[in-house]
Amino acid sequence: MRAGSRWKFFRRRIRYWLDHSERQRLLWEEMEFHIESMAEELVAQGMSEQEARAAAHRKFGNMTLKSEEARSTWIARWMSDLAQDLRHAFRGMRRDAGFTAFTILIAGLGIGASSTVFSVVNALLLRPLPFSDPGRLVWITNGDDFTTTQAEHYLDLRELNQSFSDLAGWSGYYRVGDKELTGTGEPERITSVPVTGNFFELLGVHPAIGRSFTTAECQGRYFAPPAIVLSYSFWRRRFAPDANVVGRKLTLNNQPATVVGVLPASFDFGSVFAPGTPVDIFIPWPLNDKTKPQGNTMKVIGRLKPGTTVQAAQAELSMLGKELQSRHPERNNITPLLTPLAQHVSGRVIPSLFVLACAVGAVMLIVCANLSNLQLARLGTRQKEMTMRAALGAGHSRLLRQMLTESVALSCCGAVLGLGLAVGGTRELAHLHAFNLPLLESVRIDGSALLFTLLAAVASGVLFGLLPALRVSAFSLREGLQEGGRGSSGGRRHAWLRDGLVVTEFAFACILLIGAGLLIRSFLRVLDVNLGFQPERAAALRIDPSFRISSAAQQNSFIDEVLHRTRSVPGIVAAGITDVLPLRDDRSFGVAAVGRVYERGHQPEAFIRVVSDGYFEAAGVPLRLGREFAERDRASTALVAMVNETLARTLWPGLNPVGQAISINVGRRVMAVVGVVADVRHTALEAAGGSELYMPMRQLGDYAAMQLIVRATLPPDNLATGIRTALRPIDPNLPVREFVTFQDLVDRAVSPRRFLVLLLGGFAAFALILASLGIYAVISFSVSQRTQEIGIRMALGASATDLQRRIVLRTLGLAGLGLALGMAGSRVLSSALSSLLFGVTTGDPVTFIEAGTLLLAVAAIAGYIPAWKASRIDPMVALRSN
Amino acid sequence: MGTEKPKTDLLPGTLDMLVLKVLMRGHLHGYAIAQLIQQLSDDLLRVEEGSLYPALQRLELNGWIEGEWGLSANNRRARFYKLTPDGRKHLIEESARYRQVTGAVARIMGFV
Repeated sequence: MRAGSRWKFFRRRIRYWLDHSERQRLLWEEMEFHIESMAEELVAQGMSEQEARAAAHRKFGNMTLKSEEARSTWIARWMSDLAQDLRHAFRGMRRDAGFTAFTILIAGLGIGASSTVFSVVNALLLRPLPFSDPGRLVWITNGDDFTTTQAEHYLDLRELNQSFSDLAGWSGYYRVGDKELTGTGEPERITSVPVTGNFFELLGVHPAIGRSFTTAECQGRYFAPPAIVLSYSFWRRRFAPDANVVGRKLTLNNQPATVVGVLPASFDFGSVFAPGTPVDIFIPWPLNDKTKPQGNTMKVIGRLKPGTTVQAAQAELSMLGKELQSRHPERNNITPLLTPLAQHVSGRVIPSLFVLACAVGAVMLIVCANLSNLQLARLGTRQKEMTMRAALGAGHSRLLRQMLTESVALSCCGAVLGLGLAVGGTRELAHLHAFNLPLLESVRIDGSALLFTLLAAVASGVLFGLLPALRVSAFSLREGLQEGGRGSSGGRRHAWLRDGLVVTEFAFACILLIGAGLLIRSFLRVLDVNLGFQPERAAALRIDPSFRISSAAQQNSFIDEVLHRTRSVPGIVAAGITDVLPLRDDRSFGVAAVGRVYERGHQPEAFIRVVSDGYFEAAGVPLRLGREFAERDRASTALVAMVNETLARTLWPGLNPVGQAISINVGRRVMAVVGVVADVRHTALEAAGGSELYMPMRQLGDYAAMQLIVRATLPPDNLATGIRTALRPIDPNLPVREFVTFQDLVDRAVSPRRFLVLLLGGFAAFALILASLGIYAVISFSVSQRTQEIGIRMALGASATDLQRRIVLRTLGLAGLGLALGMAGSRVLSSALSSLLFGVTTGDPVTFIEAGTLLLAVAAIAGYIPAWKASRIDPMVALRSN
Repeated sequence: MGTEKPKTDLLPGTLDMLVLKVLMRGHLHGYAIAQLIQQLSDDLLRVEEGSLYPALQRLELNGWIEGEWGLSANNRRARFYKLTPDGRKHLIEESARYRQVTGAVARIMGFV
């Protein structure tokens, strides 16, 4: 019964609401009848008809208000007001198309930028990782962030710990393109990652087609995986839409392997665990196999038991680590270090994202200040309209609401544009495979980004509408009417407000410019770094033979042939072979100067490079002392090695390293040092390379890849075909992908920095444009308001240059004030940038001076244009105006 | 809009009850309702037009009265309201409640 009547009430309300215009008309008619009845009675009492009518109307009061009150019983008052305000707003937009377009454009750009940055922050920081219950996943490193764990330690930790429901691992030493796929279509080098059998299960990732590895499949030999799982992107590129690929036998490095599953699209190994590296297939890692690589090779993750904290697990694993170390002194060190997975994955991008978020916030504030200023300028012309509304009974709060509705409507229109930009922007970002940032592929506009956009639109609408709205509602009726709509003194009254807004804009633009400037200068410094090699006109092509090399002699004749043929290709000035590429691959061993004893835990480590003769010349690594490897350093001759300057300093401080003996670990493979080369930056451009030990490829069989490095007289892109043609007689099956220029390697390594610089530079440029538009608008407005005054001055003999100087000086005064505030702010804020800077200090005077000069120059131009126009005012015309 | 004036000096809901009660007499238009309330109260209660029409809209929305267009005594189009069965029930409930409240007030004030 109760529910029924409520339902009836609701239905009636809807019906009223639907034909509200008809009801409104009828209500009006009803009230008119009422007034007439009143008037008739007054006439009956002896009043004249006219008087009676007027008296009745007076008694009844404002019919519009009354009808609105009556109507408010069926439409909430605010709703009908809102509808009315929106109608006004849209009518106003049509009337003032230029202003509207400009506002929507600027608000759209600002909101678009904000939403894009939000989406990036959302994908990289806010959204949970695409695994089941990701909060319980922990990354377990060994000692520091980069060191991997020995497989034997992993097995013991997995068995002994109480904190984790399971531990899983994958090889930290997989290499790009280390498997050669033959037998189906074109031969291709693909990237495979060895994972423990429980890896996918631990993450909660289930193959989209087929299954994961069985226990039996994890018992085979390391080099010959019986089963493989395809990544979604590889499946799509190579086999889609064939779901029957599961069960097929493929040939990998001349060994058969069965495809057992395809991973879902949502699982992108590279984006989480190895940003920027596309991974094609996964192979099982037989941990009990004695042929597996020795040493620290494994990266480990764990899933905490429900209710276990990271701290508790850390305490337990630290204890276990100490125990294992004392029980197995023959093994490498183990000091487990736990970080929540999400933190490990995106932790290093937090400073950049923080800076981006602040920058986009500053841009939005500039946008709002700019639009606020525009609105204020328009108030002068709209003052009459507002006064009229107030006279007709619109109260302060009503006018305030109307102004805010207008600005929010404008910013919402801008948000539509901004959303379009953000969709485009995020799509672009998600496809920047060259960028070495985690989770970038998952950047997109989703529900929360939509919500953010809406909030940003409303907030910015309120923000830029509030000042003008407050001005409007503070208008006094009398004043408005007295001014007779000239609007001039009203304009002058909020001149200080508008000046304040422009100063704010300049301050924020200054902060952005300085931030961007510091980052750009850091970026240039990074590009200027002495890499230790010369990336220009050098390139690498992977050439591992498709046949098995069975003897040192066969290997060396292959190397001889390759180098000989490559060097004869026209345009090639040097060629050599290496196993690792700078800025991409790495492995390190303990090393020792023969004859010295090192304490446990204090043995020096060095990155190992296995290179052929000609490598140093091809890569452009300068020789400092002694000689390079030569063709005569072969398996049959004495073992030789080369070191970089850092290693030489570490092992033989103050001594001549040439002629010294060096060994791997203590006593293994004793080699004579024949030369010293410059340090090469191998991990990052920003970090020094550390110790490096070079061994000649012709004396060694233990390396994972053969990268042919060439140096050319021409840009190397066009050389790939020539080299391939030259090498075909040696190995007709040579896979042809994987031609990288050294410049690509450098570009990839600096890509996160480039990403930040591009975005921040864009924001700063936008801010600069907005600030200059803002100051231009303010100055032209004040000039146009003072036309008469200028006319008088000129009539009294003021020269044009004098006038121009006054106006430009005023502009520069405003800009200078903003600049001073902005610089002070930058001094405080730029410390937030310190972790992102390289080679410049947070207070870098050059950047500050450059940013200041640029802003002042822009302000001078923005001020000069209206000044020039003012100086051409004809005094007679000016005096007659108004 | 400035400060909001109290709708009427009567107890809240009283105007609704008075309108319903007056409509017990038959179909009446808004002006007649106002007149009748004034007359019946010996000119003590004056119905503000500003509150009458919202009240009528509210009562109609609640389904207690129904309006329909007809001709007035001097042949003008006017909207006449009549009580619905729901309205009748509501009036009885309201009268009982009102009697209780005024009785209570009267006892406190020592009128009885």
